[in-house]
Amino acid sequence: MASIVAVIASTHHPFYYKASTATGEDRPPFADEWVRKITAFRETLTKANPDVLVMVGSDHFHQLWLDNMPQFLVGKAPFYDANWYNEEREFGLPKMLLKGQEDLSAHILRAGLDAGFDLAFSNELRIDHSVTCPIITLRPEADLPIVPIYTNIFAPPLPQPSRFVKLGETIRQIVEQWPSHLRVAVIGTGHLSLELGGPRQFGPHGPDPEFDRRAVEWIATGDIDNCLREVSLESLHSPGNATHGFMDFMLMMGVAGAGAKADYVDTLDLFHTMEAYFTWYPNGAPA
Amino acid sequence: MSKYLLNKFLFTVDRDPTLVERYRSEPHELVTWWESTVANTLLNCHTDEASTWLRFTAEERAALIDHDHCKLFELGAHPFLTLTLFIAMFERDNNEPLEYQKAYGARMAHFAMPYPDIAT
Repeated sequence: MASIVAVIASTHHPFYYKASTATGEDRPPFADEWVRKITAFRETLTKANPDVLVMVGSDHFHQLWLDNMPQFLVGKAPFYDANWYNEEREFGLPKMLLKGQEDLSAHILRAGLDAGFDLAFSNELRIDHSVTCPIITLRPEADLPIVPIYTNIFAPPLPQPSRFVKLGETIRQIVEQWPSHLRVAVIGTGHLSLELGGPRQFGPHGPDPEFDRRAVEWIATGDIDNCLREVSLESLHSPGNATHGFMDFMLMMGVAGAGAKADYVDTLDLFHTMEAYFTWYPNGAPA
Repeated sequence: MSKYLLNKFLFTVDRDPTLVERYRSEPHELVTWWESTVANTLLNCHTDEASTWLRFTAEERAALIDHDHCKLFELGAHPFLTLTLFIAMFERDNNEPLEYQKAYGARMAHFAMPYPDIAT
């Protein structure tokens, strides 16, 4: 059976690519520290030596739209073009082409449907920065095949937070039952407190540092019970109007497992939002 | 109220560089043209399969023509769509990084929680 060699949860900050590649006067003052932290975070994936990446993210109204909106969708395609015109325009993100791992896509779809998740699928999916940001930060060679899994954290009505956790737990079981010798890393990205298009956006910190502090604690300690007790679809409006992206972190807590302490935790307090990086090694840390 | 149609406008204009420029420079012309030719297009379907019932309220149409992102927020347009398109139109006028984004937030300081419902 396949083995899950790393579980990684991260924020996805579309400005990292531009900040990290800028030079001279264009380079922001926080870029060097950010690059140092990302380089250390990247090493946690490299050390695990994965063959395949399951990538959990959320389409930002690029391919998925309100006339036909899935709650959870699995890509099943041999290739995925990536990044969109408006991401190139606003963030300077490059066009990318990633390989797909269709066997694992098919396995996740079949087993997910049988486990009670009526997963949508796509055979032609252009992925966006929720998936490409972690490729850029964690595997810039973009050389490993992926299975993208999209969640709806964006267009209400949304699934409940508990459903995200359950899907994460289910993905963990499904991947571990995949009849393959390949080494799989499951990587998911979301947000801590975040405001987009509202009065609290683009402040000197994230809109709710206290929420961020508690969220990092829940994730780092695998405290799913307290997280689920305190987080609801209603409560997530309070830390910032885009904070429902935190539910992708909750999904990754489900993949890591209840009570699983992260083997690697780091944060970076930036303008607009706090960055947070977590890695778990389900089979023990690699040498 | 047609939050969906507001979002459809923001979504379809944002992804077309030509429409972004037309909306920046000729908002009245662009909004009028869009409502008469695009509003009822069923995206990704043959043009003959258009919808028949979508139109803006007067208040929505005026908010779009006026580039009034505060009003769009109040009407329940999706804030991510509004922000992305307005950055595309107006960030270029910045004198310093994030100037437009910060001013956009400051203009919305009168909004308190709970924010207008964005469910469609």
